[in-house]
This record gives sequence, C-alpha cells and structure tokens, in this order.
Amino acid sequence: MLSFSVPLGKLVRTLSRLRGGGSAFPGLVVEKIDPGFMQRTLASLPLGVAVVSGTNGKTTTTKMVVELLESQGLKVFTNRSGSNFTRGVAASLLGDVDWRGRLDADIAILELDEAHAVHFVNKVEPRFSLLLNVLRDQLDRFGEIDKTARLLEHIASKTTDTVVLNREDPRVARIANALNTLDAVHHPEVRYFGLDESLRSTFPNDDEMRTTGIGPSPSGTSVAAETGDDVDLAPADVVLRRVGAQDADFEFDGETVTTSMKLRGVYNIFNAAAALSLARSVLGTGPVDTPKLVKALGEVAPAFGRGESLTVDGQPLELVLVKNPSGFRLGLKSFPAGGYATMIAINDNYADGRDMSWLWDVEFDSLREGGVEVLTGVRAYDMALRLQYDDVHFGVVEPDITAALRAFIDGSRGKPKRVFCTYTSMLAIRRELAKITIVEVVS
Amino acid sequence: MTSEAQPTPDTQTLPDAQPSKGTLRVLQLYPREMNIYGDWGNALVLKQRIKWHGYTPELLEYNVGDEFPDDVDIIVGGGGQDSGQLVIQNDLQARAATLKQLADGGAPMLVICGLYQLFGKFFKTSTGPVIPGIGILDVETHGTDERLIGNVTMKSAEFGDILGYENHSGQTTLGPGVEPLGTVTKGAGNNSKDGHEGARYNNVVASYLHGSLLPKNPAIADFLIRTAAERKFGSFVPGTPDDGYASLAREHAARRPR
Repeated sequence: MLSFSVPLGKLVRTLSRLRGGGSAFPGLVVEKIDPGFMQRTLASLPLGVAVVSGTNGKTTTTKMVVELLESQGLKVFTNRSGSNFTRGVAASLLGDVDWRGRLDADIAILELDEAHAVHFVNKVEPRFSLLLNVLRDQLDRFGEIDKTARLLEHIASKTTDTVVLNREDPRVARIANALNTLDAVHHPEVRYFGLDESLRSTFPNDDEMRTTGIGPSPSGTSVAAETGDDVDLAPADVVLRRVGAQDADFEFDGETVTTSMKLRGVYNIFNAAAALSLARSVLGTGPVDTPKLVKALGEVAPAFGRGESLTVDGQPLELVLVKNPSGFRLGLKSFPAGGYATMIAINDNYADGRDMSWLWDVEFDSLREGGVEVLTGVRAYDMALRLQYDDVHFGVVEPDITAALRAFIDGSRGKPKRVFCTYTSMLAIRRELAKITIVEVVS
Repeated sequence: MTSEAQPTPDTQTLPDAQPSKGTLRVLQLYPREMNIYGDWGNALVLKQRIKWHGYTPELLEYNVGDEFPDDVDIIVGGGGQDSGQLVIQNDLQARAATLKQLADGGAPMLVICGLYQLFGKFFKTSTGPVIPGIGILDVETHGTDERLIGNVTMKSAEFGDILGYENHSGQTTLGPGVEPLGTVTKGAGNNSKDGHEGARYNNVVASYLHGSLLPKNPAIADFLIRTAAERKFGSFVPGTPDDGYASLAREHAARRPR
C-alpha cells in the first residue's frame, strides 16, 4: 500500500492541478486508498504537529509561527490557507512528500478551522496547540459561542505537550481549568500570551461588545473584571506591552524587546505575541537565537486581505478583511479613517455567514467625519441602512462589486484607499484588482 | 442598480430650535447577558426613530441586580446563549410581577429569541432540566437537537411582510392566550411544524427573528413608538423618517436563499 498510494495520490494531485480543479480531491483519493497516510506521515516528524485554531487571525498567526521557526533553522510543513480541514491537510501533504511518501520537515504547523480541528485531533494528537480566541463568527455554522469554546477545549484536551492560550479571552483562558478537571489522558503544560493592561480596552471581547447604548462597557466580563481588577492574572509567557505606529514592545523572559513591525493593526500584533509564545514552546529548552527570532517577527508581512497594501493609481489601497463584529470593530480602530477614501463590501454567502445581525454590533462613529465613498456587495443596502442609523454619510450604493470598485477608484483619484470587506467580497475584489495591479489571486 | 447617495436629510434630525414632543424612555432588558445577535440594533432603531418622529429618546438598561426603573415606556430584550439564560434566570423571576403588570397594562415590548422563550411559561431543555419562564406569554418551548437556522420571511396582517434571520434549537408552541406574529413563507418560525412565527399579546411583540428585526421592519418599530406615545401623551404625532434604504434592504434580503 505504502509504495503505491503516495505516487497515485501525487499523480491525482498533478492531474487535478492541470485541470485547474479542486485542491482537496487528491486528499480524498489518498484517504480512500490509504487511510493511514496522514497520521503516518505526520507521526514521522521529529517535533510533531502544532495546531493553530480560533475564530480570528489563524492565517496570519500560522504564517508568523512558520517564519519564526524557519528563522531558527527548522524545516516547517504548513497547510495552504483555504485547506484548513483534514482532507485539505492530506492534500497539502501530498504536494510536499517525496515519491516514497517521506516529508522533509521537522514540524508541521497547521491552521485548522475550529470544527475541522476536532476531527483532525481525533486522528492526529498534536504536540502543541495555540488557541487564539472565540468570537462571534459564522454562528449559523456552529450555533453558539460557548459551543465553539468547547470545540477548542477538545483540541486542548488532545494536545500532548503544550497548550498556548489567550489570557485575555475569558472563554479561551478558562480552557486551562477545564484541562485540570477533564479526565484528560494528557496533562499538557499551559502557557499564555497576554496584553498589557493599557491595551486591554482596545480588545473588546464578545461579552463586552454591547452592554449599553452609550458606549462599550467599562468593565464587561474580561477575566480581570470577573475576578476583580486587583487579582493578578496568570503570568503570561509573552506579553504585548505597547503598540506604536510602526513598532511594538513584547515582554518575555523578564525583558522587554522593542521591534519594528511590518504588520499593521493591533489585533495582528497581538497575534504576533501568540505566535512568539508557540514558537518558544516548540523551541523548548534548546538554544534560541532571540535576536533572529525578534527580527523575523518584525519582518512578517500580513497574509492576503489582512491589512495588506496594494498599489492602485500610484496610491495605496488597503484590504481589511472583516468577518465578525469584533474583527470589524478592531479593523476600524486599527486603521483610522483620516485621509483615506473608504469602501465597504458586504456579502452574505455561506463563507461570509448569512445572518446580517452582526453589522448592528459594530459602531461606525469613527467613519462619521469623513463618510464612506462606496458601499457594495450583495448586502450593500443592509450596510447603507446600518450607516443611516449611525448618522454616517455615504456616497454610491452599488451591489455589483465590479462596478462599485470602478466607481471607487475613479471617484477617489489621488487619495489612499481602504476597503473593508467580507471574505467572498474580498475574493471578488482581488480578482478585479488583478486586472489593474499586482495581486496574489487566491482561488 | 446604482442609487446616488443622498445625505441623510435634515428633517431626520430634529433642529434644535424645534421643541421635542416629549421624552420616551426605552429600557433594554439584560443587554449584558442577552445581546448575542445584534440586539443592539433594535435599541438603536428605537432611539433614532423616536428622534426622527420628533420626540426625545432616553435609553436605559437593566442588568442582573440593578434597580428596576419605575417609569419606562418601551421594553426591549434580546437573545442569549444557554449560559446567559442561566445567569439571568433568578433575577428575571424576581422581576416577573413587575413585567407582567406592565405587559397586562398595555406597555409596548419587543422580546427576541431567548427572552421570547423566557417570557413564556417554560423552556424544557433537550437535556432534561426545565427553566421556568415568567408566563407573560401563553407559549411553551421544548429544546431539540434540531437547529432552525436561516433567512425567514413571513406575512403578518398587522405589519405586512416581516423579514429576518432565525437561529434556535428551542421549538415554541402557542397557547390560546396569544396570536402568532405571522405565518412563514420561507424558513421555519416557532417550530418545524405549524408555520407560525412569533407571538402577540396586548402590545407585546415576541419573535425569533434577528437581523436585527427592527431596522428592516420599521413598521414594528413604529408600532412600539406609537403605542408608547399614545399611552404617555394620549396621541402620537408621527414624523417622516426616510425608509428608502430600509425598503431596498428588504427587497434584496427577500431574494436571498434560506
């Protein structure tokens, strides 16, 4: 079986690539003819498997962990974004193994969607897991936030060595307690990444999202508030202390390190703390070249659509992916509107989430001064209605993304531009932009 | 499909010179625990439309352990997760008499999803325990393993077509003491069987629909405001809110798949 399934799977992969077809199909083929392929291949890695999961920031964080570990000379296997489910992992593996089925890597860093991660860890127990956050995202898929938290808890319970948790997200931080009470087979070490107190207010969690008509709750139900502000939080392995315009301070091993950052947006930079903590766990007690690690952190560029900047008409055009209310609020906070022309693109396809309620959990006051130039996407009129109720002026409302993008570019010549977009509208916008500028088009 | 922008007309925000027709107080029930699907949208729409109709809105909130304000004109409450429902359960029971007196006396209320269930007689969860409701609405809810999720459209004699989005696993059946809010034309509604959605009792409107409900269904918002104004001032003198974008959003939403 071994000598036959891998070449066949690779052949299917090559053929389906030539056809321009589905990325997971070869994974399906190899799963059918050699069900042990993925487990066997991943089990051969000397440092095992690390899983990155959570609602927001998986893609950028995974990219950061990979680059951090590569800076230390490790060979890293990772799954391409968009194949963050078991069969996708198998398909990605097929691309990287040699014809005898050997994977030339020290460790696999896998980005996995919460629900798929549960299936994955039942097949392959990860040595490390990094659990980022539980936010209101695609609730129509998972039902409720607490249910999503239980999915992450399951991932943690299957982790053999170290679980890295977000100390500032109460639903994630609580997983540490659950690990103690569960009849867990493994008792992984728990590490946290955390925020300086001065930054906590910029990271509302979902419980704090809306408790008053006047503004966000002063205390909400962050862990700190639940236990009383004076109670010490668990010590964190890595703490994000400060975010500047182009640099940030991280504290670890009792020292604060300042580094320039290519990443934009406070939430991306908080995820850099997460990535740093996971990388430190993987590197363990072995020798760590800290200056190189910090340098690599500073050089990570955003993943597509996560605040990346393109050039259109000699002006920057930034794409900010917004998938849920917290992400949208953080996006508005991280990328101030001043001096920019703004477009908002809202689709409600399956991958975006069909329920439009989330738009009402975002405050758009910060756009009031400059207004919004163009609204587009299938739910452009829902967005218009939302802005009307926040007294934010807007220009063109055009559901067709191609026409809207043209109107946006023509109407805002000579100005830097920013587009807040849901997932499928971002894909459509990238396809259009690819006709006029250099864009990595992701299918 | 392009529609040129009109800046929000000045008639929508009351010129300072024009005297207010009076203050209407809107109370949000448990916004800290029951806010899961854009429930703020309903409170915001009431606040803005009260203003656009020429009155002065005052938004209040009631959370577990707070003192219950004795002078409220509209009550609005939202959905929560199971954990949120457990947190508010005892406090809600302690406020049951007050709320029932208000509802029986004709106070306008809007309760969505989780609070709709708890305004009923009980919620029997799928795992067994029964959460008692406060019995304002003659409805009962049974937890199931089936989740009813997706876009909903329904017909209501009172409000015309109502649009929204449902996401619930509790199935609610109506007793003789209430009327359905509407009959679904797409989606499930109260349960997977009888085609009814929501409940009406006195001036209480109860529904499973998020979206949020009021932005795309301004007729319901205006019913709550009109009722409140008539109870407080004896009459309601409407303003002229611009519902052009609400109409367009409704048209587009109605065409979306389940």
